[in-house]
Amino acid sequence: MAEKVRISVTVNGVQHTSEVEPRQLLVHYLRETLGLTGTHIGCDTSQCGACVVHVDGQAVKSCTVFAVQVDGSSLTTIEGLAKDGHYHPVQEGFWEKHGLQCGFCTPGMIMAAVDLLKKNPNPSEGEIRHALEGNLCRCTGYQNIVLAIQYAAAKLRGEPVTGAVADD
Amino acid sequence: MADVTKMVGKAIKRREDPKLIQGRGTFIDDIKLPGMLHAAVVRSPYAHAKIKRIDVSRALAHPGVVAVFTGEDMMDINPMPAAWQAGGVKSNAVTPRALAVGKVTHVGDGVALVVAEDRYTARDAVELVEVEYEPLPAVVDARKATEPGAPLIHEAAPNNICMEWECGSKEKADAAIASAEVVVKEEIINQRLIPTPMETRGCVARYDAATGEFTLWMTSQAPHVHRLLLTAFVFGIPETKLRCIAPNVGGGFGQKIFCYADYAFTMWAARRLGRPVKYVEERSENYKASTHGRDHVTEVEIAGTRDGKVTGLRVKTWANLGGYFSTIAGGIPTTLYGRIITGVYKIPAAHVKVWGVYTNTAMVDAYRGAGRPEASYLIERMMDRFAAEIGMDPAEVRRRNFIQPQDFPYDNGLGMLPYDSGNYEPALNKALQMVGYENFRKEQAEARKQGRYLGLGISSYVEICGVAPSAWIGAVGQGWGAGLFESANVRVHLTGKVVVTTGSLPHGQGVETTFAQIVADELGVPYEDVTIEWGDTLAAPFGYGTYGSRSLAVGGTAVHKSVQKIKEKAKIIAAHMLEAAPEDMVFENGKAYVKGSPDKAKTLAEIALQASLAYSLPPGVEPFLDETTYYDPPNCTFPFGTHIAIVEVDAETGKVELRRYVAVDDVGNIINPLIVEGQLHGGIAQGVAQALYEHGYYDEDGELRSSNLLEYAVPTAAMLPRYELDHTVTPSPVNPMGVKGAGEAGTIASAQAVMNAVIDALSPFGIKHLQMPATPERVWRAIQNSRQMRQAAD
Repeated sequence: MAEKVRISVTVNGVQHTSEVEPRQLLVHYLRETLGLTGTHIGCDTSQCGACVVHVDGQAVKSCTVFAVQVDGSSLTTIEGLAKDGHYHPVQEGFWEKHGLQCGFCTPGMIMAAVDLLKKNPNPSEGEIRHALEGNLCRCTGYQNIVLAIQYAAAKLRGEPVTGAVADD
Repeated sequence: MADVTKMVGKAIKRREDPKLIQGRGTFIDDIKLPGMLHAAVVRSPYAHAKIKRIDVSRALAHPGVVAVFTGEDMMDINPMPAAWQAGGVKSNAVTPRALAVGKVTHVGDGVALVVAEDRYTARDAVELVEVEYEPLPAVVDARKATEPGAPLIHEAAPNNICMEWECGSKEKADAAIASAEVVVKEEIINQRLIPTPMETRGCVARYDAATGEFTLWMTSQAPHVHRLLLTAFVFGIPETKLRCIAPNVGGGFGQKIFCYADYAFTMWAARRLGRPVKYVEERSENYKASTHGRDHVTEVEIAGTRDGKVTGLRVKTWANLGGYFSTIAGGIPTTLYGRIITGVYKIPAAHVKVWGVYTNTAMVDAYRGAGRPEASYLIERMMDRFAAEIGMDPAEVRRRNFIQPQDFPYDNGLGMLPYDSGNYEPALNKALQMVGYENFRKEQAEARKQGRYLGLGISSYVEICGVAPSAWIGAVGQGWGAGLFESANVRVHLTGKVVVTTGSLPHGQGVETTFAQIVADELGVPYEDVTIEWGDTLAAPFGYGTYGSRSLAVGGTAVHKSVQKIKEKAKIIAAHMLEAAPEDMVFENGKAYVKGSPDKAKTLAEIALQASLAYSLPPGVEPFLDETTYYDPPNCTFPFGTHIAIVEVDAETGKVELRRYVAVDDVGNIINPLIVEGQLHGGIAQGVAQALYEHGYYDEDGELRSSNLLEYAVPTAAMLPRYELDHTVTPSPVNPMGVKGAGEAGTIASAQAVMNAVIDALSPFGIKHLQMPATPERVWRAIQNSRQMRQAAD
């Protein structure tokens, strides 16, 4: 076993210094060392995207990155997306538009969608579908995920949005 | 009195979601116990081989490894149980042991277990276990496996045949076919699929040596059933010595119903080592060692008249069971397939013969739809073949053969329970209207002149939901020799808050929201005052779990019935409080009052408090509002509808573009339209995936060539269409809410809509049938073959 390496990362605004095995995947570092289990593992070939997090503002599949590679970086995971008790518009969109069922792919899907909307604030349906090529969902058939992202895009642009029926 | 806002029928957003969208759900791999060890499995690279020798010494010497076990170590527990009564099993059901002993029967069969301090070390040590195999010839195709000279997988099963089953009347079918004006024969393959819940399967086992009790957190669709099977059958310990808990479950689609070897070896290791043990499959392990679905080879003949009446159907199916017999494998290609083979049509003579066959592949068991997609695909493809043969519009052929509204309850003569209710033609007409059928045919003709190939495919389906009645599913030879009722406990606490505990096990279906809507309306309490609990055998009354689209029709009805009992008791207590006669009481909108005097009402909270403080109750009335129901319905429910797909095939590349997908479904009364639409979307996606993309493919040596998500084509967002949904509503007479179920309908209806469209598009080439999936290569080859044959004929 190779010698452990010291890394320092900021995750969701909190700084962590850890000793990690050089081969430890970022997703295992987040889940097992830091206990941030919202980032999921759905495959072993980097297809499913359940593990997407943001590293210095870029969406990455954390199963394809070693923890040592993010030394000195600032990360956001699904747990850090809501701010001051308010959901990010993409989270809100997924809730309003029934963009999730079992919820396992959802954290990665949301993180990928946030990245998309940063790069393209007004994506077409086709652009949304293509942008999600690295994220698999087995439950929804994607239609409501597309609607959720369109909802978030409109909200981020300051346009009026229509949600689901209120639950009260 | 002002009416309380009704929740049933509203598209309420789900209460399940806030924690899931924040990454605060608890899935199996999120569970971490103090002192927990990690297990990893040494799996066979061979499809069929004798195990000559296993040397664990190097693995055991590896730092951080706590133990390495083989199948021989675990002979003190029994093989996995199975409902072998189903499907005419010839008493030779061979089920897996915790780890293989003596031989392996498929790639991925587990042969040794490594337990280590951490996940990486366990994986490292797997590589250090040396296994010497003696490879044997393999067979992967079910029909070929029954042929003389095929490799024998289990001594107890000559010709690899485990089951032989039939339904309907062979005499009548033979006679109808012999005397028919038109007979169309086809070989139809329903290819193997891999269910692929995004969360793989796994468990965490803990053993308390002081009490002899296990706790098992598991990816389960049916924790009570797992508890029963693992204790009574595998470990031979009292059922009370195991508590099963299903946390958030990341999709199931059937795969998480069954009793797997890994639950047993993880429990066994936890007991042996005195420390908690976690085992979670990697995706490639899920593909190689958890159950697959479908995999039928079928020879079918359909007979009819030139004016479009179908008079007979004869079916022979070889159903692949895999290397062992899985938990409920026997019932899938039999009861849930053969008995509904005639679909929405009145076909006077039908016969189905099924062989369940061992092969050197992963086990096959229920996958979303489970038997019904195979049946519906078969009949709907053959209705199109028949229509083409007699030169009649496929919609018209369907109309001429539909079971009519006055025929319900309808006995199809195949040993199925009677179809509860239905009205098939309006759904077909609505779907045709939505696609603009007449215009499409014109557009199609125009396009063909330009060398563009458009196709439209119709699928009119009926399916079996609310899979339950114990008297039916429990009967030997009929189903699984098990009851399938569902339970619900409803309690109104002192503060008026309502707690419902269900035996259903939601894993994405939105059951918490749906059940809370029902209870809020029925009890007249605020929706947010209703809590739905599930998933823990310690907390919930015995229930059979979630599969077979039964959560609402069976589990939901159990909730509904418990609520009625609560209301009855509330009326009795309120009558006592108001010094009135119970028979004069009304319970409405959360209050009980004497008929005609709603101003002097007692609220449910007041009644619950009275019931709980209990110092002044009517004679003979027990304290507390707490009622349990075990609901065993008199029948299944039978949703139906018509789906239509429109495709364009690029004749040069073979690529199929799915241009439109229209679905008109009748799932009875709808509690939450948002959730029902979501279920249909996801269901349709899985059927479209079967038609166009997915294939759990074994090569002839038994190597799984689609062993991970790189090779198995689970569709992405860009590969699926926008679904256009509508519905008709024909309430079910089976249950008081008139609901049917929607979990599997989309999958059952969709593959044949797409394939019928593809084949319609290819009809100018003289192509009459194509096996799934309609990949560009397969379509392109079919077109080339057709062109070559035509050239040769010229």
